[in-house]
Amino acid sequence: MTVHQLIFIYFAIAMTGISLLVVTRRNPVHSVLFMLVLFVHIAALYLFLNAEFLAAVQIIVYAGAIMVLFLFVIMLLNLRREETEEKFHRQWPVSAGAVAVLAVFFIMIVSKIVVLPALGEYSIDAIRSEGSIMTVGKVLFTKYLLPFEIASIILLVAIIGAIVLAKKSTNS
Amino acid sequence: MDAGTTLTIMDIRPFVPELTLLCAGLILILLDLIVKRKEIVAAVGVAGTIAALYATYKLFGYAQPQYAFFDMFVLDGYSSFFKLIFYLNLILTICISVKFMEIEKASCGEYYSLLIFATSGMMIMASAADLIVLYLGLELMALSTYILAGLTRKRHRSNEAALKYFFLGAFSSGFLLYGISLTFGLTGTTNIRDIAHAIYALNVMDSPILYLGMIFIVVAFGFKIALAPFHMWAPDVYEGAPTSITAFMSVGPKAAGFAVLGRVLFDAFGGMQVQWTSVLIPMAVLTMALGSIIALSQTNIKRMLAYSSIAHAGYMLLGVIAGTPEGLTSTANYLMIYTFMNIGAFAIVIMLRREGFRGENIEDFKGLSKSHPLAAALMLIFMFSLTGIPPTAGFVGKFYVFMELINSGYTYLAVIAVVFSAISAFFYLRIVMYMYMKDPGEEIVITTSPSMSIALAITCVMVLILGVFPSFLLNLVRYSILG
Repeated sequence: MTVHQLIFIYFAIAMTGISLLVVTRRNPVHSVLFMLVLFVHIAALYLFLNAEFLAAVQIIVYAGAIMVLFLFVIMLLNLRREETEEKFHRQWPVSAGAVAVLAVFFIMIVSKIVVLPALGEYSIDAIRSEGSIMTVGKVLFTKYLLPFEIASIILLVAIIGAIVLAKKSTNS
Repeated sequence: MDAGTTLTIMDIRPFVPELTLLCAGLILILLDLIVKRKEIVAAVGVAGTIAALYATYKLFGYAQPQYAFFDMFVLDGYSSFFKLIFYLNLILTICISVKFMEIEKASCGEYYSLLIFATSGMMIMASAADLIVLYLGLELMALSTYILAGLTRKRHRSNEAALKYFFLGAFSSGFLLYGISLTFGLTGTTNIRDIAHAIYALNVMDSPILYLGMIFIVVAFGFKIALAPFHMWAPDVYEGAPTSITAFMSVGPKAAGFAVLGRVLFDAFGGMQVQWTSVLIPMAVLTMALGSIIALSQTNIKRMLAYSSIAHAGYMLLGVIAGTPEGLTSTANYLMIYTFMNIGAFAIVIMLRREGFRGENIEDFKGLSKSHPLAAALMLIFMFSLTGIPPTAGFVGKFYVFMELINSGYTYLAVIAVVFSAISAFFYLRIVMYMYMKDPGEEIVITTSPSMSIALAITCVMVLILGVFPSFLLNLVRYSILG
């Protein structure tokens, strides 16, 4: 077992554990803070895949911007009541059963896995020769131009939606 | 990579219908600031849709599919036919909403631009030749619809509907992305055509990973189409959302879901037909059963129509299960017919709505034929059509789906579908019975507007014409899909 694998195993186990902590904490602030730790771990996993740019974006966007937003909302809402109420409404045995069945299913599939050679034009060497950011930038503004533009419309719709749903009613 | 990375103006041509509609949406946002009367905003929206329709018509007729944006986007007869459904859905929805949104006190210009953005998302989905574009089109459609479902902010039901739709929609997006990433991991591409080639070239047809990826993708669209067992959100959302949006949601996202389901299953996973039919058949049977049986006990007409739309999704799925291009043709044909009859039925429900009266209970239809014979007669036509009684279009739609199903050798499925279709007659005809055989209870006042009359005229005439002369639509759909 190489060091590489050991580190990967640490991240895999830690991420599973932290995810469980996120959904089981009573205090929403604790959940959010665990989620922050989770995002950092995910970023590390991207580094394993030689995707430095993605790792940096993960930290800046998710851990930086989105988590702060989460914390703001939680503190504005003052969710004291959440802490005393019972969670999951006793549904967890059912979901645990479902997860167990799914896990068996996944293990069956994983045991049959055939590792194929790396596919596609962007092999690790190709990306290393150019640098991760440059490759992403080049592809984003040429081949993936249409998805990039559609994403802009999606953001516009999100802005309109936020205004429509939050603005004061004018005709009442 | 360097060769062929420049984009010329001709490359944009297949995208013109979408561009037209997106521009119309942007214009509406600005127009809303200048113009106070919402009717004008709505009229400009309809004009923009007709312009996009004209663009689709001009680009139509090329036998060869045209690819654009580095094979990300495709314009072919298949997508053009679905776009026709989306345009009709948009125009009819705008027509039935004008008066209704005023009564709901939620009349705003953004309503129409969001409808247009949602429709653009559906068009991008129908034309997507790449799974990334497909996903973004789906998000554009879904995000706009979430907002529209929660537009009547004062009503708790509407808030609940929007949130429920949002959460389950986000959940289904997750499924879709899992499916896409598994497929990408195995084939090394997200392009739908290349996936099919890679599956053959790498000989991974029996791979359990690919099977799992395909199941995830089917589950994601199952949510959008409201197939059992992923239909749980539909009744609550359909009931809570403003009725005009319910009409829009029950046709648009469903048609878009079927468009991509057909494309992904036939083009990308064409070699795995045995696998995906084995997933779809139980889903179709369950969908028809749940939709038809649970609808029997509903007292709210919007909930009843929600279950009815679930059942109809089951019938439409049968055309996909048939597994032939002709089967897909019959599904597209059914979707077009369903657009007319379903929006027509919702239009009548909207007419009963007035200040301080929701008109959503089935009881409210008591004795409608005595006070408003015309409205009752129209509802009668739509209910007959939804049941599938000749000479209405609903019969033609079901007939062709069942015929293609039997041609492909699934006679037992056709028999099951006919049985559930007969069960569903009970709750459709119950409305007819309430309208014609019961005495009126409370006095019913009907709210009409010129645009509503236009929408009702179009839907009613089309339901009757397509019922008597089905060949016109059938020729169009065959020409579009089979070439």
